[in-house]
Amino acid sequence: MDWQQFWHTVTTPRVVASYRLTFGAALIGAIINAGFGLLTAWVLTRYQFPGKRLIDALVDLPFALPTAVAGIALTAIYSTNGWVGSLLAPYGIKVAFTPLGVVVALTFIGLPFVVRTVQPVLEDLEQEVEEAAASLGASRWQTFRKIISPAIFPALLTGFSLAFARAIGEYGSVIFIAGNMPMKSEITPLLIITKLEQFDYAGATAIAVVMLVISFVLLLTINLLQWWANQRNKNGA
Amino acid sequence: MSISIQQVRKNFGNFSALNDVSLDIPSGELVALLGPSGCGKTTLLRIIAGLETPDSGSIHFHGKDTTHEDVRERQVGFVFQHYALFRHMTVFENVAFGLRVRPKQTRPSDAEIRSRVQELLQLVQLDWLADRYPPQLSGGQRQRIALARALAVEPRVLLLDEPFGALDAKVRKELRRWLRRLHDELHVTSVFVTHDQEEALEVADRIVVMNKGNIEQIGTPEDVYQHPANAFVYQFLGNVNHYQVQVSQGKAQIGHQLFSAEKGAQDGLATAFIRPHDIEISKPTRGNVRGKQDAAFKATVSHVLPVGPLVRVELKVSDNDRILEAELSQEKYQALAIKQDDEVLITPKRVRIFAEPS
Amino acid sequence: MHISKSVNQYQSRTQQKRALAEPAWVRNLLILITLAFLTLFLFLPLAAVFSEALRKGWQVYISAIVNEDALSAMKLTFIAAAIAVPLNLVFGVAAAWAITKFNFTGKSILITLIDLPFAVSPVIAGLIYVLMFGLQGWFGEWLLDHDIKIIFAIPGIVLATIFVTFPFVARELIPLMQAQGKEEEEAGLVLGASGWQIFWRITLPNIKWGLLYGVILTNARAMGEFGAVSVVSGHIRGLTNTMPLHVEILYNEYNYAAAFAVASVLALLALLTLVFKTLIEWQTARANQSAQIQE
Repeated sequence: MDWQQFWHTVTTPRVVASYRLTFGAALIGAIINAGFGLLTAWVLTRYQFPGKRLIDALVDLPFALPTAVAGIALTAIYSTNGWVGSLLAPYGIKVAFTPLGVVVALTFIGLPFVVRTVQPVLEDLEQEVEEAAASLGASRWQTFRKIISPAIFPALLTGFSLAFARAIGEYGSVIFIAGNMPMKSEITPLLIITKLEQFDYAGATAIAVVMLVISFVLLLTINLLQWWANQRNKNGA
Repeated sequence: MSISIQQVRKNFGNFSALNDVSLDIPSGELVALLGPSGCGKTTLLRIIAGLETPDSGSIHFHGKDTTHEDVRERQVGFVFQHYALFRHMTVFENVAFGLRVRPKQTRPSDAEIRSRVQELLQLVQLDWLADRYPPQLSGGQRQRIALARALAVEPRVLLLDEPFGALDAKVRKELRRWLRRLHDELHVTSVFVTHDQEEALEVADRIVVMNKGNIEQIGTPEDVYQHPANAFVYQFLGNVNHYQVQVSQGKAQIGHQLFSAEKGAQDGLATAFIRPHDIEISKPTRGNVRGKQDAAFKATVSHVLPVGPLVRVELKVSDNDRILEAELSQEKYQALAIKQDDEVLITPKRVRIFAEPS
Repeated sequence: MHISKSVNQYQSRTQQKRALAEPAWVRNLLILITLAFLTLFLFLPLAAVFSEALRKGWQVYISAIVNEDALSAMKLTFIAAAIAVPLNLVFGVAAAWAITKFNFTGKSILITLIDLPFAVSPVIAGLIYVLMFGLQGWFGEWLLDHDIKIIFAIPGIVLATIFVTFPFVARELIPLMQAQGKEEEEAGLVLGASGWQIFWRITLPNIKWGLLYGVILTNARAMGEFGAVSVVSGHIRGLTNTMPLHVEILYNEYNYAAAFAVASVLALLALLTLVFKTLIEWQTARANQSAQIQE
């Protein structure tokens, strides 16, 4: 395969559409997890409510549950006749077999990352610092914004990038719920496998290389961001 | 068992921890390696133990070259700074460990191990703790167990890294005396590392003062305290006043008195070292105009600070506004009846002037 | 993911003070939103697995599990895990030992390499094995000449499983061993213990809970891996199908009840994993706590 063939293989509209879906859905999934993961970590470290320990243990389920099982289970719930899908269908919202379904699957598999990186930092935060803020007249929200959030930001970024990286490469949970329609809901790892099944090894490798390069660049950017956030934290301290 | 260290050098990257250090430790002595952190004392101790290898130089135990001998063959007892007790073993098993890991041929029987461990635990007066785990012990108890564990293998040399560093002041004092008594009983050649001059002066037979990878002085506690070899040793052992003087022809004038400088001091600026308790204070009454009056010079009391049995007096020398600190007993202070802003006469009783102020 | 987690949790629980509490309505709202989110993304899928599996009754459920293909898939899954887990246990301990107890050139490269399987898509990991050992791969011809089959055969599945599960043990042990330092090992050395004696009597007892934790995570991933195994397996029923792959085949044949039945076995294994994990966390938390109280 020469350069031109390579370029052609990795830029056909179907492949480009798959990059867009893979990286886009992974990004959205990671953002959702950053928000809700932070909330979950907060609730689990700060509040008391019945069933808390059980929930704390279950947060790791996406690490332990085989992705294929997660895939068919999510499909069952979010298809138009499923528990959740049937509630959404009257409003014209379809989740399974659409790009939205991909986001749902990628949110599921990335869920523990943010919770488990932010949780220990929240636990180790010195109570005294928050008390000092309160004694100086800060409201709870001000304390969170100015004292707590800078402290947990690096961990949040780490969790976000871990969830993002995991989502980019994910295959098992997505293929069941995505519907895998070319140009619409087909992810890049699936395209690689399709090429492999047609014994187009060169094509599969070409796409894999592009994927590796893009994820490498993205992770490098995130690492730089993280380094910067850490530096800033250090200087501030 | 005597230890001889010859021309030992050790670098860590660009940092030179030991520069050609040579030292002889006679059999049965308790020696302190004393110096500020980073002076190389712990490195030297670890080299003696065989936990580090020197870049060059050699170590001899009783005349036999052990430089390339493995730690296991050296038969040393090592007490770690944080004790390094095995968390998952009882106190008994910790002490028994060194006996249990011996090869089958030389391993004592279970009964022998039991009695030996009991004996050691009695020696450190902790036999009632045999079934406890290390996290359940106090700092001082851990320290003594670590010592018992090191002694279990009947070491030819006992090495202790900052043995009292992690303890609070009261326990530290107790354990110091206890270690001294224990050494008098066992007479095993021992080396301990410390940065606390008081500890070294109280416990050791001989003190090795180290700085920046070099040995500055070796001597008995009396020696190094009374006759420090250089400015570093003088400063490191106890509080000291720095007083700038002008040296000419080997002499410098302080007040109205001439003091001779150490050998090698060039003419020009130098630093005189005066211990606070070597400054005598008297009241400028008519009575003492005679006698030593020419040695004394005028100063003003700028601050009085009673510290337990002593009183620290900060003095401002009238001629040049320099600050000196003097120390006197409560008794003397009461007798003198001085207070802030009083004018007094001071006489330095002992002064050392070193060539290179450091 | 660290096992010291629960200790701090205990402390924060006992330390929460009134001055630092949000208004009750904020607290309740946040808890409610969290529960809603977790219900949508965690609890419902888990419940769905069992509900779908039993939709057609116990009889169908049982027969789907004792089915010949399902049993052979289970067997293969257990074989792959039984090879990958002990190997990665040894690799992981060796890597963590080397990284935390010694200094050598290329150490940072080794640390990066350990993380590599986390960063690479499992599909690409599988692809790499196909490119190396497949018919047209680098070693393809040599393997064919010697009548060795790796791709579309059990060795490929085992290799892929080892690759994707490689980091877990080392990742768990490195921070733990770093925190514990070298002093205890040095003490053992001075007391005359040999390398093996130090490892078995001092190092291993100190890391046993972290090690067990890593092994449990490794095992969960080994049994559940889909992407990498899917690429190298060839999906030959009764021969190279693991349980997750078997679930996929049944599902694609619209045999939903059977697919979910097999899936429910995997889900039970996952729940078992979480139970073990939680027990270990409590155990280490208790140990740390008793140590701290005595301090």
